[in-house]
Amino acid sequence: MSALLEVKNLKVSFFTPAGEVKAVNDITYSLEKGKVLGIVGESGSGKSVSSFALMGLIDPPGRIVGGSITFDGNLLTLPEDQKPTRKALRTSEEAQRSMRGNDMAMIFQDPMTSLNPVIQVGKQIAETIRLHNSQLSKEEIYQRSLELLTLVGIPGPKKRLKQYPFEFSGGMRQRVMIAIALANNPKLLIADEPTTALDVTIQAQILELIKELKDKIGMSVILITHDLGIVADIADDVAVMYGGKIVETGSSEEVFHHAKHPYTLGLMDSLCNLDDACTRLTPIEGQPIDLLNIPAGCMFAERCNFCMKICINEIPPTVVDGTHQTACWLLDERRPATI
Amino acid sequence: MNNNIIEIQDLKKYFYMKKSFLSKEPVILKAVDGVSLSIVRGKTLGLVGESGCGKTTLGRTIIRLYEPTSGRIIFNGEDVTTVPFKPFRQKMQYIFQDPYASLDPRKTISDIVGEALDIHNMVQGKKDRAERIKELLKTVGLSSEHASRYPHEFSGGQRQRIGIARSLAVEPEFLICDEPISALDVSIQAQIINMLVDMQASKNLTYLFIAHDLAVVKHISDFIGVMYLGKIIEYSASNELYSKPLHPYTKALISSIPVPDPSLSRNRNRIILQGDVPSPVNLPSGCRFRTRCPIAQTICAEQEPPLIDMGGGHLCACHFA
Amino acid sequence: MNGQLDDELKYRTDEIEITETSFNLATAAEKTFLSFEREPQTYWKHAWKSLKKNKFALISLFILIFIILLCIIAPELSRYKYDEMLRGQENQSFSWNHWLGTDNLGRDLFVRIMIGTRISLLVGILAAGAIVIIGILYGAISGFIGGWVDNVMMRIVDIIYAIPTLLIVILLSVILKEPLTRAFDESAFLKQLSIFGPGLISIFIVMAALYWVDMARIVRGQVLSLKQQEYVTAARALGASNWRIITSHLIPNAMGPIIVTATFKIPTAIYVESFLSYLGLGVDVPMPSLGSLTSEALGGIYSYPEKLILPAVMISIIILCFNLLGDGLRDALDPRIKK
Repeated sequence: MSALLEVKNLKVSFFTPAGEVKAVNDITYSLEKGKVLGIVGESGSGKSVSSFALMGLIDPPGRIVGGSITFDGNLLTLPEDQKPTRKALRTSEEAQRSMRGNDMAMIFQDPMTSLNPVIQVGKQIAETIRLHNSQLSKEEIYQRSLELLTLVGIPGPKKRLKQYPFEFSGGMRQRVMIAIALANNPKLLIADEPTTALDVTIQAQILELIKELKDKIGMSVILITHDLGIVADIADDVAVMYGGKIVETGSSEEVFHHAKHPYTLGLMDSLCNLDDACTRLTPIEGQPIDLLNIPAGCMFAERCNFCMKICINEIPPTVVDGTHQTACWLLDERRPATI
Repeated sequence: MNNNIIEIQDLKKYFYMKKSFLSKEPVILKAVDGVSLSIVRGKTLGLVGESGCGKTTLGRTIIRLYEPTSGRIIFNGEDVTTVPFKPFRQKMQYIFQDPYASLDPRKTISDIVGEALDIHNMVQGKKDRAERIKELLKTVGLSSEHASRYPHEFSGGQRQRIGIARSLAVEPEFLICDEPISALDVSIQAQIINMLVDMQASKNLTYLFIAHDLAVVKHISDFIGVMYLGKIIEYSASNELYSKPLHPYTKALISSIPVPDPSLSRNRNRIILQGDVPSPVNLPSGCRFRTRCPIAQTICAEQEPPLIDMGGGHLCACHFA
Repeated sequence: MNGQLDDELKYRTDEIEITETSFNLATAAEKTFLSFEREPQTYWKHAWKSLKKNKFALISLFILIFIILLCIIAPELSRYKYDEMLRGQENQSFSWNHWLGTDNLGRDLFVRIMIGTRISLLVGILAAGAIVIIGILYGAISGFIGGWVDNVMMRIVDIIYAIPTLLIVILLSVILKEPLTRAFDESAFLKQLSIFGPGLISIFIVMAALYWVDMARIVRGQVLSLKQQEYVTAARALGASNWRIITSHLIPNAMGPIIVTATFKIPTAIYVESFLSYLGLGVDVPMPSLGSLTSEALGGIYSYPEKLILPAVMISIIILCFNLLGDGLRDALDPRIKK
């Protein structure tokens, strides 16, 4: 059974005047059809960059420096042995462009800046449809646009199609973005912090909508967020990222109830559940990592309460326990079982 | 003589905007539309609401960054609504939401934190000033060697600490915290919250904590007020708000907060509100919440429900609570 | 989600040296070495770095520094005075005695050109200085107060803009000549300035009175946008007075565009002075100015073209270099803050 999306040892770096920023530093995961993967991380974790890489949206000074992305059986990155010649890059770019907006679609955090403010909403939806279905007539595209707006729950679609983005509220704009993303029945929807800029009650609406649509269309979803609560609500599988690496991954149940990595545990401890009476929050001490000065060993070593000598110098191995994988020296089999 | 450090009585802040070049009548944005509350010294009042509810405007009006349209602000028993405010700026301070925008990029940390000391003439001479700044930085968990650096060299969490150090420099009694952790990473948020709680205990500070996140507010507040479109629609002691919410909006808010536990999250009863928040320029008649309320009736469009005590100091503005 | 421990990773793990202390807890000291901080980069250091990249601007800067040093030092070292007329040595060409030859009155041309450059630069820089001070004050106050005050102040600026400045400068410099001469006779202090000639002083006065409008507009624009910044609100919340906010927060943050505009004003001032001196309205004989030297050489243009070309080329170089430097500064000081 092959997965819909397979990411292997992906590395993305940005070559800035100050040095190489290893935004994504060797991540591996896969996604089945119809499932939802939640990628959790804070700023600097590389979560957004990794999804931009999927869509081929990494611009210079950044580029994919290693690894592979296979989507629906198609290799989206350059094969390992192939030199990045101009021809090879162009064919790869062609392959990606036909995939983008078609089988793989993305919605972004800030709907205000993601929609073109001077073009009517209807035209923006139509553009997506036309790009991948040039054979459709104007009337057919119009009907499909109406369909899409109704699908995402926008009332009065005929009137709305003629309006401009500023006439929509934040939640509505996000729905429009979702409509554009769904225009060509994608197999994969990547949602990059889709609700961070929205109010809590609107956020709940949008998440419900994504859940509904996922079932209706049967698409897979990658949801990128910093909010563990959202992930708990909607994701089947979870990947926790820190400093450009995946530190823990597994099913939602495994990661939330049986977390093993100190960072994941730290994150959960520092949150306040509504239901229990927390008297004092337990934060994770220290500052987020500076990606220009990457440590030789574990990314989290400096802030980890369980840091061992080996963690400072050696990159932790990925310890596998069925579907639950953790990258931590604490779990390595060679560690004496005293602690 | 009560122990209220601050009392707000029917405070209103309206913004008058011209609709268009041709239209004669001004459009009124009722950002804060009659809010009354009081905070006991040493306690924390949490103010929650979504965007457009007026909580930030309320905070800024209390500290006279905006001039109130009507109503009274009483600080330590004194009416300070219209008096020249500079002496009171020492007693009331404000922590801003965006740690990236609220620090002057061209000033060193020492200048930023020391500005308050200079304005209110609180130190004598350079040595004294440097000492005081060192102390303040230490209080917020930074070291004195950071004093000569610039804001862009620090992370978000550290910048917020600098902002807090700046506010503490004048030795205030009352601190308005305007979403101080929303812009920070989750793992850093807890650090800042702990620091604020510790400071409150050691310096006997009073907080007005403005947030949109009910989970965070629960931890730090003694009392909580929920705002919607410029008015307080529910107010109670912290724990009671979560165990016995009365207003339908509060119930919806609580149920839409994501819970980081898959088994709890998927099994609970979600109230999903329909529609969007109405514009504060065009308020609905009667109860402002009726356009999205799951239990709205005809009376809700006719009469605005007053904020009444439902027992034990738990206030609610709903015909059907 | 299925995954297997990457073969490569496993191989590498076997290579790692694991001693008996590897799994002991790391000390705080061992962890903190990880957080060494990058060297702090101030706004100016960053700007200097960017400027260095612009070869034209850098070369212009060096040329200007060279010219400034030259015109300060060279006349002191020369044995000739600028007004020393040497009978019998008129209109000589280049020689070891007189590097650039002599003019029609036997005066050494090299010294005269150097003194002329001194005058031009002095007028340019002083005028620019006056423009900066007046412009900043006017613009900052107008922008900060806003409302009808700003409106009125800007309408005054508009009016001044509409005036054909060069004509007014000529007119005023003619009108002011007499009162100035009288003032020089009356005051001992001003007598020192009389060496420059009333023509030059009046040029300076008029330029300062009319040419500040550009700067005022730029500063006002900056102040308008900067006063919305949250750190200004923060300063107000601390109780800062308006004056403090303007001088301590707004103007320092507007320094970039101010410096750029000032750099462009210098060549304008030099040009105006040269032009007027050429017309005979500037310096008094025998004081040379690059403009007056050009007009003096006009008579012998066919016989001794180099006497015209030399001062003309000098003016051109100075103006060109200031313009290139200004361009470079504009790019270097552009507040594009990238995280």
